[in-house]
Amino acid sequence: MEFLADPIFLSRFQMAFTLAFHILFPTLTIGLSLFLVVLHGLWLRTHDHAYMLLFRFWMKIFGLAFGVGVVSGIVLSFEFGTNFNGFSRVTGNVLAPLLSYEVLMAFFLEASFLPILLFGWGKVGPRVHFFSTVMVAVGTVLSAFWILSANSWMHTPVGFTLRDEIFFANDWWTVVFNPSFPYRLAHMLNASLLTVAFVVAGVAAWYLLRGRHIDLSRRTLSMAMWTALIVAPGQVLLGDLHGLNTLEHQPVKIAAMEGLWETRGHAPFVVFGIPDSEREENRYALEIPGASSFILKHDPGAVVQGLSSVNPDERPPVGAVFWSFRVMLYAGFLLLALALIGTFLRVRRRLYDSRWFLQLLVAASPLGFVAVIAGWFVTEIGRQPWVVQGLLRTIDSATPIPLSSVAGSVVMFLVVYHLLLGAFLFFLYRLVQRGPDERVPSEGIPGAPRTAWFPSAPKEG
Amino acid sequence: MDWVIVAAGILLLAIGMYVILDGFDLGVGILFPFVPDDADRDVMIATISPVWDGNETWLVLGGVTLFSAFPLAYSVVLPALYAGVMVLLAALVFRGVAFEFRPRAEKRHLWNYAFFFASAVAAFAQGLVLGGFVEGFDVEEGRYIGGTFGWLTPFSLMTGLALVNGYALLGATWLILKTEGPLQEWCFRAGRVLLVGMTFFIVLVSIWTPLVQPEIAARWFTLPNLLYLSPIPLVTAWCVWRAWHLLSVRRERGPFPFAIALFLLAYAGLGVSLWPYVVPRHYTIWDAASPPESLAFILVGVLLLLPLVLGYTVHVYRVFRGKVTQHTGYH
Repeated sequence: MEFLADPIFLSRFQMAFTLAFHILFPTLTIGLSLFLVVLHGLWLRTHDHAYMLLFRFWMKIFGLAFGVGVVSGIVLSFEFGTNFNGFSRVTGNVLAPLLSYEVLMAFFLEASFLPILLFGWGKVGPRVHFFSTVMVAVGTVLSAFWILSANSWMHTPVGFTLRDEIFFANDWWTVVFNPSFPYRLAHMLNASLLTVAFVVAGVAAWYLLRGRHIDLSRRTLSMAMWTALIVAPGQVLLGDLHGLNTLEHQPVKIAAMEGLWETRGHAPFVVFGIPDSEREENRYALEIPGASSFILKHDPGAVVQGLSSVNPDERPPVGAVFWSFRVMLYAGFLLLALALIGTFLRVRRRLYDSRWFLQLLVAASPLGFVAVIAGWFVTEIGRQPWVVQGLLRTIDSATPIPLSSVAGSVVMFLVVYHLLLGAFLFFLYRLVQRGPDERVPSEGIPGAPRTAWFPSAPKEG
Repeated sequence: MDWVIVAAGILLLAIGMYVILDGFDLGVGILFPFVPDDADRDVMIATISPVWDGNETWLVLGGVTLFSAFPLAYSVVLPALYAGVMVLLAALVFRGVAFEFRPRAEKRHLWNYAFFFASAVAAFAQGLVLGGFVEGFDVEEGRYIGGTFGWLTPFSLMTGLALVNGYALLGATWLILKTEGPLQEWCFRAGRVLLVGMTFFIVLVSIWTPLVQPEIAARWFTLPNLLYLSPIPLVTAWCVWRAWHLLSVRRERGPFPFAIALFLLAYAGLGVSLWPYVVPRHYTIWDAASPPESLAFILVGVLLLLPLVLGYTVHVYRVFRGKVTQHTGYH
């Protein structure tokens, strides 16, 4: 347990923990905000009351998740300085302006239109309300845009000059649209849609199994499964493209993901195995010959670069990358399978009453989050020992803070975040348990006093 | 045009906006356990629930502006104040939890205390950080070399208390504006007590800082600076007097602006004391600024986006203007 006495390890643990915790919430809110836009738009078009009931229900869950995302995000904007001041000092000229754009372009947009979305009923008209919903969704996507641009630059740094060991940007367009950015952005946004599709499907299936909110739940299940049918195969395609891009720029990361020690042709895909860094081989390996070469180079005989092509001190921890990759991959393919089974059942007109399938959907509702976290582990641990690929080592970027300070903050964050997560899940369960409030009357759409259909809305002072 | 000065202006604006805006909503949290009627707590929450996360966004803007415009300062100041910053962040997270979950909970009194505790700790930690910053740190070769609690001094503890008091005053005067009846009356009375406290702390800081730091004494108490700077204390005294009067005659619109004015004057006073340092007594804003190509890129963004941001902010406050009563809570 020596590593627990290493302040740099603790700083890394704290950063990883607070980041991994935070990413759960944007993953949920990006997809949900788009779902809210669709529901609101459908309601405006069709005046079908069901869409409004659904909007009201998912709006509450969105509000809850968004609040947790905001507060856990504030922490991150200071942690670069507190725990990684070497990193902030060396990369600040290049990366920090991207974060400034994120705050100015996205955070204020979200923070200003969200209250109108949540509490603005009766204070603004339906169209302004719809506009606010759209703006919140735009904000979540813009936020992903900027933060992923900054993150991608750490994987594929371009558009800079290095003087006195400090990065200076010389072409902002190149910095922002660095080579891995488009792939990472597409992969992450799609991951959010996929995750949310199965969250929505899981909730709808839960109601259907209990015979509650039948009409509403059929509609949402249908919408969720259509979405899944598009985004699940899409994610396989985007993941493949992202992988090819990584192969081009970070071949060692790919070698760790594949558990490929030697540079060789006919590289196998390791379905199961325990990578052993000492002996540089995989124990108990179950392999598909040539599959890795085929996936990466579209030719089963092609040569793929192995881990041994670089010194051991330039390799990531192989086991963590290898297994995170498999968790992501297998979770993703499970979701794809569910999307296809759902379509099959729909064609057979059995989607809403196949209890086994509905139970599977309930069980699968957290799977998207598992895949997202595992995917972030792959890309971030896979970049190690570098924090900026090939240029700045993680170990040189951490703040030399006393052990007691960082140990104290690690414990504090573990306690506060577990409370936060516990409370979030408890109240999420309560919201779902209570379900959409179908007593909200449907008359008065639109034109009649809006406070009548939203009794809790505040009146003008 | 010196871009470094513009960047410093943006940083000062972000921090100032944060202190005023999150100041009043933290203040509402600090007053939370003291109001007599439990139903009033829902009203208090309702006055801030549409605006709190926008208010906290200014802190994020302050953080990233420090990072992007003055990366050297960001990488020295934050590690130096590590423990204070961490407590502040954890308190803000915890406060968010209490805020989000309180309206949905059954055991509300538990969340009430959680909300109070987190708001007070966040305010106190901000005061500690401020005090530590003003006193300066031991820095060598761009690295902080003081201990974990090197900045924990009688002075920073005092600024901690001062900020708790000050935020409570902002909170009370905000509530005077947004509520009516017994809660408003209670806030008028609390506001007078808090105004006395605020005045006490302003005087204390004004005596203490020049005594501890000769550079600050030299800046204020030499001619001709003394003459140029004399409006700051004079206007402060006038504001205290006006605020006291308005609170006493129960004028509901006046106290909040005057409480804000007191904060801005104290902020200006600090600025005068510390200018042009961004890491006091070690790095000026020019030493720590990022290169022109980075500043230019940031400033283009700010120029285009800040007016929009201010526009949204005004818009939200307009949409949710007016009184909140027990019958019209947002939840």
